[in-house]
Amino acid sequence: MDSLHRRIVALADLHGRTRESLLPILQGVVEHENYLSQKSMVEISKELDLPAAEVFGTATFYSFLEHRKMGKFTIRVCKTISCSMKGKNQILLAIKEMLKIDIGQTTPDGRFSLVETNCLGWCHKAPAMVINHEVFTELTPEKVREILGEYLKKEL
Amino acid sequence: MIEQHLLLKRVDFIFVQDTDWEKILQKSIQRPKQELINELISSELKGRGGAGFPTGLKWKLTSEVESDEKYVICNADEGEPGTFKDREILTRVPYKVLTAMAVCGFIVGAKNGIIYLRGEYKFLEKPLNEAINEFSYFCKKINLDFTVKIFMGSGAYICGEETALFESLEGKRGEPRNKPPYPSISGYRKKPTVINNVETLAHTYTIFKYGAKKFYDLGVQYSRGSKLFSISGDTPKPGIYELELGMSLSDFVDEFGDGDTKAVQVGGASGFLVPRKKFHETAIGYQGKLVGISLPTGGSMMLFNSSRSMYNLLDNYLEFFREESCGQCTPCRIGCQQLLAGIKAVKKGERPAPYLNKLLKLSETMQFTAKCGLGQSVANSFASIVENFREEMIY
Ligand SMILES: Cc1cc2nc3c(=O)[nH]c(=O)nc-3n(C[C@H](O)[C@H](O)[C@H](O)COP(=O)(O)O)c2cc1C
Ligand code: SF4
Ligand code: FES
Repeated sequence: MDSLHRRIVALADLHGRTRESLLPILQGVVEHENYLSQKSMVEISKELDLPAAEVFGTATFYSFLEHRKMGKFTIRVCKTISCSMKGKNQILLAIKEMLKIDIGQTTPDGRFSLVETNCLGWCHKAPAMVINHEVFTELTPEKVREILGEYLKKEL
Repeated sequence: MIEQHLLLKRVDFIFVQDTDWEKILQKSIQRPKQELINELISSELKGRGGAGFPTGLKWKLTSEVESDEKYVICNADEGEPGTFKDREILTRVPYKVLTAMAVCGFIVGAKNGIIYLRGEYKFLEKPLNEAINEFSYFCKKINLDFTVKIFMGSGAYICGEETALFESLEGKRGEPRNKPPYPSISGYRKKPTVINNVETLAHTYTIFKYGAKKFYDLGVQYSRGSKLFSISGDTPKPGIYELELGMSLSDFVDEFGDGDTKAVQVGGASGFLVPRKKFHETAIGYQGKLVGISLPTGGSMMLFNSSRSMYNLLDNYLEFFREESCGQCTPCRIGCQQLLAGIKAVKKGERPAPYLNKLLKLSETMQFTAKCGLGQSVANSFASIVENFREEMIY
């Protein structure tokens, strides 16, 4: 058994093997692998005895269940109206310049991916972004550079 | 006419400490169920998630259905742009929500509660689980058979729609179901289900604690009580405020505007844009007693000053809907795409200005033919923005 398979079995042991366990299992895989590879979706379908198409169809519905390869830290910048009014573009620019990637791309070392997302529920402290599950609000380009600086120090 | 609006008044119920929850829970489940339902009905509390269905009636309907299994679900998907109050409730007074769920379970005969928490609020999962543990411990102590668990969403606005939420809980794509049957008959796992917004549940705590009258005394006929407002955009004091229902939008703007307010979006992307000239005739509340235009809302209030382009606003909303449409029905899937492409074409001069009328027709068609509230409400912001700021759409 490889590590991915072991992880999926462990998640199924934890959440169960019914259809209702599918989302928590998919979330658990993304938590560790950063995304859902085709292989992981096939493995999950076998483990839960579901058609692979069902697993794929469910996974692709949810924007946080990425099915393209992602970096260890996914930066999601809010692009909805309040953040967009309060300087979201400058935030994006600061990130793009610092990491040398565009929206939808991952840094070559696999550390960061950059995507846009819809309202994060922090509009009163716009602009906002999340890195994996950590929320950052009232962003300025300087603040963003500091935050990313901290993430650059983290182990890969 | 305007005198029928209420003056803007701040109130403080929701965020008052929840430290007395054990007492409230114990006291409530010793009362006859019918009495609790009557209390809720006479408070005239309506759902705070947007649709405004009377909460007492919802619980009553579910309590009357015979079933071996029933569920209580707290809708914490909070995805409407400009809404962030539910997060604050779950952060500051989680025991109110848990207590309300348990009392609801007691009334309707449900033993299991689920909080559907949006993926964006993952950081709340741990503190909320700690509260749930303490809560469950107390329920056991008083022999109340009720459990609560959290189910995490994964970034899909449509999962806030109740039937899409059930699908998601069942491990499927969050695609809304046909209604009827309504959740009180057939909800999660096709079982009778009460689903309420976080804030609605928190209000029931206030009602069980102080009695219906205290709540009913606030607001006007058909729009009773207070409501949390999530205020953002061009305002010197963005944040969360609890206000009495029934105020006029001009009072609201006097209090929260920056002196240059051009328009207010009431109710988020699926709500309405109100231009300055209509502030005085617009009240915040449900249809009924209020004179002029009454706008119910999940509480999202976004202010825009004269530096903002209403074209950009509409473009942003339509992109939101195009992305968040579940794609299940054609009017919404294609309609959102075409509305967005259409306004872009008019703006660029590729289409003549009267093309906007065709787009208005299209949005109206969506209102009547789309399967769920998402597609049906695109016309709200579309028509209110295009009709009030037509020149900005063209030039
Ligand atoms: C597209 C769409 C999104 C919705 N999102 C939410 C939401 O995030 N939170 C919520 O409480 N209700 C949401 N609703 C309303 C729910 O379907 C449902 O009416 C509500 O949870 C009922 O609770 P209430 O009566 O306490 O308001 C949404 C509805 C639609 C059509
Ligand atoms: S109206 Fe839109 S969101 Fe609702 S079911 Fe149809 S496609 Fe899905
Ligand atoms: S618009 Fe960005 S957090 Fe709401």
